[in-house]
Amino acid sequence: MSEAITGFRGAAAITGIGSAGLGDASGFSEMEILSLAAQRAVADAGLRMSDIDGLCTCSGSATMWALPVAEYLGIRPSFVDSTMLGGSSFVAHLLPAVHALMAGDCTAVLVCYGSTQRSGSVDRAAVTRMRQVLDPQPYETPYQPMQPISAYALATARHMHEYGTTRSQLAEVAVAARAWAQLNPQAFSRGPLSIQDVLGARMVCDPLTVRDCCLLTDGAGAFVLTLAERAKDGPHKPAYILGTASETWHRQISCMPDLTVTSASRSGPRALAMAGLSVADVDLACLYDAFTINVILFLEDLGFCPKGEGGAFVQDGGIAPGGRLPVNTNGGGLSFGHPGMYGSFLVLEAVEQLRGTAGARQQPDLNVALVHGNGATLSSQSTAILASGAVL
Amino acid sequence: MKVSTRAESDQAAAAGPDAHYARSLAEGRWQVQRCNACGRAIFYPRTACTACGAADYSWFAPSGRGVVHSTTVMRRPAAAGGDRHLCLVDLEEGFRMMSRVEGVAPELVAIGDRVVAALSSQDGLPLVIFHRDGSAA
Repeated sequence: MSEAITGFRGAAAITGIGSAGLGDASGFSEMEILSLAAQRAVADAGLRMSDIDGLCTCSGSATMWALPVAEYLGIRPSFVDSTMLGGSSFVAHLLPAVHALMAGDCTAVLVCYGSTQRSGSVDRAAVTRMRQVLDPQPYETPYQPMQPISAYALATARHMHEYGTTRSQLAEVAVAARAWAQLNPQAFSRGPLSIQDVLGARMVCDPLTVRDCCLLTDGAGAFVLTLAERAKDGPHKPAYILGTASETWHRQISCMPDLTVTSASRSGPRALAMAGLSVADVDLACLYDAFTINVILFLEDLGFCPKGEGGAFVQDGGIAPGGRLPVNTNGGGLSFGHPGMYGSFLVLEAVEQLRGTAGARQQPDLNVALVHGNGATLSSQSTAILASGAVL
Repeated sequence: MKVSTRAESDQAAAAGPDAHYARSLAEGRWQVQRCNACGRAIFYPRTACTACGAADYSWFAPSGRGVVHSTTVMRRPAAAGGDRHLCLVDLEEGFRMMSRVEGVAPELVAIGDRVVAALSSQDGLPLVIFHRDGSAA
């Protein structure tokens, strides 16, 4: 392990978290709920907005999103990162943010995102048409894939073919997410959900039904990072960042080297190595569940089980409350909410659990959380290891 | 595989690989790049080989024979055109592409099916689609 990486471990911590407009934010704009979440995160960190001198944010539509965000919040950041890797972005932002703090480029970084994709008036069909012009994929678009679900369906079909993964095992992921959501009053979907409900739901893209898909909600999430030394003075227990790594191997599903192996198989081990930990040390996994197959792929690629055994791992309530590993204890993208990009909410749930403030879903003796973000069509993978002070 | 066009001629014609590919398809010829340094097929068309980095390539006509690597049915209301097939095909020359299999109910296409390429057209543009290989059915 290099000196630089050794210095990274525990150098910075997440000291404030905030959310707004969860579920349905009717009447509010995207910027308004982002700002509300940002204000809450900054206050939660015991800071004022004028203390924020670092900004990480990105948008699914605006190409220069950091500029209007800084303007709206009235901040003048000396460090900005607006890298857009899809839903994993807000996990991927941790690396440059911690580097900037360590380098002294800034002293308090705000990471924030908001979307009103559920209640907003944007014409989604028009957005799809514009994307095809502004961001062309001429060797896939003519076949009219329903993105992103078609890509995940192709990966699912291949995983089933190679490893015998079943639709019931996929459904276990959705059912476990719902069981956790029932313990979280902020979750969007909390009604009963059975394996049969998932299997019998409307087929969208074989073999994925609508219940294999994440929700389509509004929501904004934000968090604040400072150097560890400063974090100790904050109002809450800091969530230390022990390691984080991102990888991308493809953008289009037709270019994914192996449909059953994501680059989480590299980002995970790299993040854990930085943290000096192994998966056996992980008390909580927050895995980006855009579709049920994601969780199975990531459990395998991150090393919680061997390749091909993710289906067996989640079976019989394996990741549900009381199972072998708590996964997505907030209800995940499948049942908590999914406002276009979900990455910030992975971090928020890990911090709640590390603080011990997760209410009915709080896990006992929780010191190490693995957060894993995914972007586009399994295209970008970002892993972070967050921990309580006990692990430093 | 016969060599029809080299990288230099693309540059001389002031046409990038995308334009070369599209123009050939429009002329009824499906052509794909092969790296002259390492011999691997390059798909989709690029200015250099992603396997070895060489910028020296030739265009060749693929056999069109391939195997379905993965498959799905995109369920759509009849008003939106009804169900539609989508798949990834591994061509025998060693590249993978997105496409669809026509001439069979989409839910009957299976991973491992042998397929053969055909040139079709959609909205006035040429498109490579596949049919199931009768000899293997």
